[in-house]
Amino acid sequence: MRKNFTRKKEKAIELLMSASSLVSVLTTIGIIFVLTADSYKFFSEVSIVDFFTDKEWTPLFENKHFGILPLLSGTLLTTIIATLVAVPMGITIAVYLSEYASRRFTSIVKPILEVLAAIPTVVYGFFALQYVTPLLQKLIPGLSGFNALSPGIVMGIMIMPYITSLSEDALRAIPTSLREASYGMGANRFQTAFKVMIPAASSGIIVSVILAISRALGETMIVAIAAGQEPKLTLNPLESVETITTYIIQVSMGDVPQDSLEYRTIFAAGLVLFLFTFILNNISFWVIKRFRQQYD
Amino acid sequence: MYKLESKNLNLWYGPKQALKDISMGVDANTVTAFIGPSGCGKSTFLRCFNRMNDLIPNVRITGQALIDNINIYSRNVDVYEHRKSIGMVFQKPNPFPKSIYENVAYGLHIIGENSKSIIDESVETALKQAALWNEVKDSLKKSALALSGGQQQRLCIARAIAVKPSILLMDEPASALDPLSTAKIEELIYNLKKEYSIVIVTHNMQQAGRVSDKTAFFYLGELIEYDNTSKIFTNPSKEATQNYITGRFG
Ligand SMILES: Nc1ncnc2c1ncn2[C@@H]1O[C@H](COP(=O)(O)OP(=O)(O)OP(=O)(O)O)[C@@H](O)[C@H]1O
Ligand SMILES: [Mg+2]
Repeated sequence: MRKNFTRKKEKAIELLMSASSLVSVLTTIGIIFVLTADSYKFFSEVSIVDFFTDKEWTPLFENKHFGILPLLSGTLLTTIIATLVAVPMGITIAVYLSEYASRRFTSIVKPILEVLAAIPTVVYGFFALQYVTPLLQKLIPGLSGFNALSPGIVMGIMIMPYITSLSEDALRAIPTSLREASYGMGANRFQTAFKVMIPAASSGIIVSVILAISRALGETMIVAIAAGQEPKLTLNPLESVETITTYIIQVSMGDVPQDSLEYRTIFAAGLVLFLFTFILNNISFWVIKRFRQQYD
Repeated sequence: MYKLESKNLNLWYGPKQALKDISMGVDANTVTAFIGPSGCGKSTFLRCFNRMNDLIPNVRITGQALIDNINIYSRNVDVYEHRKSIGMVFQKPNPFPKSIYENVAYGLHIIGENSKSIIDESVETALKQAALWNEVKDSLKKSALALSGGQQQRLCIARAIAVKPSILLMDEPASALDPLSTAKIEELIYNLKKEYSIVIVTHNMQQAGRVSDKTAFFYLGELIEYDNTSKIFTNPSKEATQNYITGRFG
């Protein structure tokens, strides 16, 4: 009797769990469906060649151009700046925490760093606009009030904890025996960290970097607040740029009619962004599968 | 003068004392075996001589460990420099996730050897000495992790001797190996004796008898008896030693 009841309970829990995983799968499929359906309508009016080669993006103006390149360059520029900030800092801190610092120090500092990733991005956005940009303007005279550099740097600080935290986990997961093998040969900490530990943890580190990059690609508030809203095909970090995400909120919050070509631009732009993160995701799966070291 | 020596060496892991007042000396160009039941402190004692225990938090050491009459725990000893003159082989093979070649060349890079031809030559010599050359000479670029356990252990030996240290510390180097690989490693130890001072931890009494000149028996963190191997195995002076080697406990 009792046994029967437990079994029923287990069945119910199992059902609940598979139902919730089904919900997330369905949501994903739904999003992809909406994205592609509206993009399909968009591309029946705008040539896909123009979309990828036209150097101007002015769907909301009289003289319409639908070239995604300016938005893409804004997204890539801010993401590259963020990556250049986050990767060296994030990996250095991870190595410091796992190879140099005491366990106690790490156990205090790591959660504090992880809080950085939990700060609302709107706070980061204002931080970039109100503090970092004025500071940079003192160092770089003539820097415009909206620019790619300032939100790029701040976004780098925001994504750094992803790299630090996951890389530190990857480094710590390397068996002690490997560390001992290196120290036993007379290697110092620096040599052990860079010749043995980082290569051995490389797959985890690469995955952490990819995750951080995807996070930066999709980041919206920081760039919307501090990078500006001028779609511009440039790789100059001192200029004002608009990212894909900024454009998407600009349109969805504006007064563009829902069932218009102008409105559909956001789905086409969103699809491009989705493709980028999708490819990055696949690279990281491939890295995990291909480079996972077998330790026993 | 001893090659390796300890004077009144005590070691604690936190509150737990693992080595109790150990004093002994090892001559150059000999093989010394450490035997004793599991947990008696053999590995701990062995690791004192290249200060591997420094890596473990909360370890406290008193007394002296000397190499060539220099206390390696004294302040002015550079632990990294010191370790370069000592090779260590661990109980479980621990090759780096690098190529076979890079594994053996690692120590040479660490001691600052830059000449490609010298490194190539040292890698080949070390692999030959470790009786692995014939099996891997055509696949030096392959990952070391693709080797079998026994091959990995011989690779670790090659890695340790490639830099020509004067001392070789081996912690149960053959415990995970088949009889053939074990025989190869024992032969290797015999050959290396001319150039090295070797200390080997082993649970295998026959092995201790075959390879070592002297044997030290440890029990519960204490050095019970230390003498010529033939004496220890035929006519030990302590009853505990007698009981252990005849398999009555441990
Ligand atoms: N890192 C450590 N932290 C705390 N205690 C330890 C540590 N390493 C070893 N010990 C303890 O010290 C004692 C001696 O351990 P050691 O590894 O030297 O024994 P051993 O003689 O090598 O044993 P075995 O034959 O099983 O390898 C044991 O009681 C063990 O529990
Ligand atoms: Mg041991």
